[in-house]
Amino acid sequence: MAQTIHKYDAVVVGAGGAGMRCSLQLAKAGLRVAVLSKVFPTRSHTVAAQGGIGASLGNMDEDNWHYHFYDTVKGSDWLGDQDAIEFMCREAPKVVYELEHMGMPFDRNPDGTIYQRPFGGHSANYGEKPVPRACAAADRTGHAMLHTLYQNNVRNKTQFFVEWMALDLIRDSEGDCVGVTALEMETGEVAIFHAKCVLLATGGAGRIFAASTNAFINTGDGLGMAARAGIPLEDMEFWQFHPTGVHNAGVLLTEGCRGEGAILRNKNGERFMERYAPKLKDLAPRDFISRCMDQEIKEGRGCGPNGDYIQLDLTHLGGETIMKRLPSVHEIGKNFANVDVIKEPIPVVPTIHYQMGGIPTNIHGQVVVPKNGNPNTIVNGLYAIGEASCVSVHGANRLGTNSLLDLLVFGRAAGNHLVETALGSKAHKSLPADAADYSLSRVAVLDNSSGGEYPQDVANDLRKTMQLHAGVFRTQASMDEGVEKVIAIDERAKHLSLKDKSKVFNTARIEALEVANLMEAAKATMVSAAARKESRGAHTVDDYGDTPEHPLGRNDQEWMKHSLWYSEGNRLDYKPVNLKPLTVESIPPVKRTF
Amino acid sequence: MLTDVQLSKLRWRCRRGFLENDLVLERLLKARGHAFTDVEHDQLCSLLALDDNDLWDIIAGRSSAFPEGTSDMVQTLRSTLTTH
Repeated sequence: MAQTIHKYDAVVVGAGGAGMRCSLQLAKAGLRVAVLSKVFPTRSHTVAAQGGIGASLGNMDEDNWHYHFYDTVKGSDWLGDQDAIEFMCREAPKVVYELEHMGMPFDRNPDGTIYQRPFGGHSANYGEKPVPRACAAADRTGHAMLHTLYQNNVRNKTQFFVEWMALDLIRDSEGDCVGVTALEMETGEVAIFHAKCVLLATGGAGRIFAASTNAFINTGDGLGMAARAGIPLEDMEFWQFHPTGVHNAGVLLTEGCRGEGAILRNKNGERFMERYAPKLKDLAPRDFISRCMDQEIKEGRGCGPNGDYIQLDLTHLGGETIMKRLPSVHEIGKNFANVDVIKEPIPVVPTIHYQMGGIPTNIHGQVVVPKNGNPNTIVNGLYAIGEASCVSVHGANRLGTNSLLDLLVFGRAAGNHLVETALGSKAHKSLPADAADYSLSRVAVLDNSSGGEYPQDVANDLRKTMQLHAGVFRTQASMDEGVEKVIAIDERAKHLSLKDKSKVFNTARIEALEVANLMEAAKATMVSAAARKESRGAHTVDDYGDTPEHPLGRNDQEWMKHSLWYSEGNRLDYKPVNLKPLTVESIPPVKRTF
Repeated sequence: MLTDVQLSKLRWRCRRGFLENDLVLERLLKARGHAFTDVEHDQLCSLLALDDNDLWDIIAGRSSAFPEGTSDMVQTLRSTLTTH
C-alpha cells in the first residue's frame, strides 16, 4: 500500500520547549511547519521543569554573562564546548526577555523587574559567592513556558500532529535528510513526512534507568532514530543525578528548595555540605552534591533504618515561605513520602534526571558527524535541539536552569538559521523510492511476531541493568559487566512479541517501538561509560580517584575529548573538545572545587 | 466493561508530562483499569484532557476546579494517591 505523504518546509519531532521554540521561529517567518508529538504539546516533559531559566539579568545582584560562562564551563568539568557555552550565555537575557514579551508570567520584584533566585553552581565573580540568576514562574516555570509557546505557535499557524510517533529518518543517496516516517496512533498507519529539513526535539532517554525523575514518555526516540540512521551519539556516558529525588519514588524536589535555603543533613543532623564545599555548601553543582551524598551514605552516615538516604531539611524556612515559593514541594512530601516538609525533613537520594549527551550539533542546531577528517561535517537537512542534542553546553555535568535556557537558545537559533538560509525558497529534494520501507519492515516484524518476550519485560530488565551498572556509583568492572548484559538484552529486544496485533491505538506496538529507541540510548551509555577510563563530572568511577597527576580522577591528557558511539558495530570514535570561545579568552582547565 | 481500544487510548492518555501523574495514573489503571464502567471511563477522559499541573492540583487536593460530573473519579484518584 502506498503511504500517505505530508509535505512541509520543516518537520519538528517533539513538542516540548525546544521543539515549540523552534517551530515558532519558523512559523513566524511564514514557513509551513509540522510538529509531531506522542502526546498533547503542553503535556511534554518540559512541563516538569520547576526551577527556572538561567540568565544574567542582574536584577537582584551584580551579574554578567561572563560569570555565567565561567560557571557553565567549570560545571561541565571542561567537557563543554566553549564556543557553544559563550553563545548560550550571551543569548540568555535576550531569550528571557522575548519570552516575557510573549506573555510568560515570570515572578516579579516589587519594582516590576523579573525576580531571580539562586541556584546550584551559579556564582558571581568567578565562584566567589552564589548569585540569583534563575528566572522563574513560581515552581511551574516549564508549565508556563510550554503554554506561552503553544499559544504563540497556534497563533502563527504551526500545524500540530498529536499522538503521532516518529519512527525513522529518511536520508537520500547523498546522506541528506529529506523527511521522516511516523505512525499515527489513531489508525496504526505509517505515513511519510516529506520536508526540506527535520528537527529532532524529542527530549532525553531517562527511562533507560529504573530510578528516574523522568516521565514515562522520555524514551529517547530521537536518539534511536539518529542511531539507526548511522549518526553517532555524543557523550552518552554523562547522566545527571538530581540530588533530591524522593527516596523510593523518584519524584523530583526542585533545586529551588536549596536556592530558597533548604539544607542537606546526614543521620547526625550535620550540614555535611559545609565540609565538602565550604563556599557554595548546599548550592554546589548537582554531580558534586550527589557524590557527597553517596559518600555520606557509604561511610555510614545515611539516614533511616537502612542508612540509605539523606534528609532534606526545609523546616527553618517556615510554612509561609514554603507555601508561597515551593508549594509543589509541600505536596510531593505529603503524597510521595508521607512527610509534612514544614514540620520535618524529607528523605532524598540522588536520582537520574538529565542526559547531557545526545545527537551532535553545532551552535545552529545542525547535526554534525565526522567525515573525511572533519569531525564536524554537517548533515544536510537535519537538526537536533534540546535534551536530545549535544551541542555541547553541559559537557560532563549540567548546571540547574541551563536546560530550559539550552532549549530556548538553541531552539531559537535553529529556527533563525533555517530562516536566514532561505529555507522557504528552496525546493524539496526527492524522496527515495524506498522511503518508508525500513519503518514498514520494523512494524511488520512486530505484527508477525510470536514466541518472543513482551516489550515491558525486556524494558524492565534493561532499566535494572542500567541502574546497577551505570548508576551514580560506577566501577570499571561493573561497567564492563554492564556492557555484556546490555548487549545480551539487545538480542532479546530484537525478538519482541505482541499479544495484541490490532492496529488502532495498539499501545503495545508503540511500546515495542519505544523499546528499540531505549536500547540504542542504553547501548550508547553503557559502551561509552565503560570505555572512558577517568572520572569527570557525572561520570565518576571508583577506580579513577584523586591523585596529584589526575585531580579528582580527571585525566585531561587522554580524555578531554567527546565520545561518539555508533550503533553499527557498537563502536566508538572521539572528537576534540572546543576550548576556544567565540570572542573571549578560554577558561583553562583546573581542579574543580567549590 | 471497556473495549480494548478504549482501554488502550486511556492507557496512552495516562502518559503525562511529569512523573507524579504517571505514577498515580499507573497505580489506578493497574488496580481498576480493566473494570472501569463507561461512566468512570468518561469521567477519567475529562480529567485527562486537563493540563498536567491542573490535573495534579486536583489529585493532590489543592484544587477543586475539576470538570462537572467528575467528582467520583476525583475521589478515586485522591484515594489512589494516598494509598502508598
